[in-house]
Amino acid sequence: MIRFDSVSKTYPRQNAPALRDVSLEINRGEFVFLVGSSGSGKSTFLRLILREEKASEGSVHVLGKDFGRLSNWKVPQVRRQLGTVFQDFRLLPNKTVGQNVAFALEVIGKGRGQIRKTVPEVLDLVGLGGKEDRMPGELSGGEQQRVAIARAFVNRPMLLIADEPTGNLDPQTSVGIMRLLDRINRTGTTVVMATHDAQIVDQMRKRVIELEKGRLVRDQARGVYGYQN
Amino acid sequence: MRAHFVLSEIGVGLRRNVTMTLAVVVSVALSLSLLGGSLLAREQVGSMKDFWYDKVQVSIFLCNKYDAEADPAACPRGAVTDEQKQEIEAELNAYDIVDQVWSESAEEAYEHYREQEKDSPLAAVVTPDQMQESFRVKLHDPEKYEAISTAFAGRDGVHSVQDQRALLENLFQLLNGVNIAALGLMALMLVVALLLIVNTVRVSAFSRRRETGIMRLVGASSFYIQAPFILEAAIAGIIGALFACGLLVSGKLFLIDGFLDERIQVIDFVGWDAVLSVMPFILVVGALMPSIAAMFALRKYLKV
Repeated sequence: MIRFDSVSKTYPRQNAPALRDVSLEINRGEFVFLVGSSGSGKSTFLRLILREEKASEGSVHVLGKDFGRLSNWKVPQVRRQLGTVFQDFRLLPNKTVGQNVAFALEVIGKGRGQIRKTVPEVLDLVGLGGKEDRMPGELSGGEQQRVAIARAFVNRPMLLIADEPTGNLDPQTSVGIMRLLDRINRTGTTVVMATHDAQIVDQMRKRVIELEKGRLVRDQARGVYGYQN
Repeated sequence: MRAHFVLSEIGVGLRRNVTMTLAVVVSVALSLSLLGGSLLAREQVGSMKDFWYDKVQVSIFLCNKYDAEADPAACPRGAVTDEQKQEIEAELNAYDIVDQVWSESAEEAYEHYREQEKDSPLAAVVTPDQMQESFRVKLHDPEKYEAISTAFAGRDGVHSVQDQRALLENLFQLLNGVNIAALGLMALMLVVALLLIVNTVRVSAFSRRRETGIMRLVGASSFYIQAPFILEAAIAGIIGALFACGLLVSGKLFLIDGFLDERIQVIDFVGWDAVLSVMPFILVVGALMPSIAAMFALRKYLKV
């Protein structure tokens, strides 16, 4: 699903590489926590998977595609099989919940009939059935994140990337979000989640990958958070 | 592509940027009407050239009996003789480049002169024998004037050789100068319009970076992401082009038909067919130019 072969990434005009010689493999259906302090390279790791950046050295394979050789115009096709969720939700404030989810389908050219059918389904799935016509501003943080997850999942992606999805949420709400992500994972979608939330990692007991100063320092099946913030 | 989605995006974009869009519309309208105007002016000059050059002649003025005293340098031997006249006419007729030759007697010249200078006090005192006889030569190609000039100027009995084209040339040069000035102004306005478009598109892209960011993440193609911006610019451009067409039509209606045509009847002004024929060009330029500028502006801003 995801394969990194001695990947390094150095940003232009910066001396220290953000990632150094990272090699790992993530298989279909896995749930992986990505931990590490700020500046450890988590975001770069995720941006490489989304092909927002290209590796400076080594090769990144996602969904069987070699990102080093993937031409720009094919990138959108790959991204349609990826879902992304962020700490700050990134919803469109002037669109309703339903429109926000529908937007993801509209912009990839899906037909109106299909949108009308899938949007309520996926909102039901994330536990927001009946809130289609609410504006994001009227919802709680947890509910907004559910909308974002619905939008990420509405295409039934093979892979869900979550960048600190519980970072802005209280612990109780976070648990709800984690249950949802776990449920999505059980449908066969691979989930890669960067987090600072030790409690969640310790509870879930999933594979943990730890980065430190751009290096892969731990890759542990059924791991724990394992370090102090 | 779902037209509904793109159209609603365009509507949002245009409304969000009303002032900038207006600036684009106005500058496109001005630059394109200058473009259309100078295209029409070029056509006008061209048709005037065709019309007048067809009528211009080379005139070979012959010496009369007064010229020996009045202008001894040109006519040292006095008035032209009949033999000289016949010789000149025969030679003219032998030239390949000469289309037609006809002679104007002193009396005819007198009549023309009186007609043209009715109001001049000079016309009252001039007598027919003061006028010069002349040969009027029409050439197949008015540009070949030099050949006639070198052959006949300075010959006995010839006072001077005059190319009427030289008189018109000044007028056409003036018109050309005006035309070039209009084109220069147009180029300047075009640059202003392009800069405005680039800026407008950037502002538009910036104000919608949330949307475009999400579009990129969910895998919208770059065409899908960019189309609303490009179409936005194209629509502003087309509106500007429509205004430019309106300006040209009103120019034709009020300036040419309503004013110049009545006052200057000698000139055959450009017709509606010419005005209509530049319009598609203006509309195409009005649609394409902003789109290309927008694409260029977006290249930096909306990378995959």
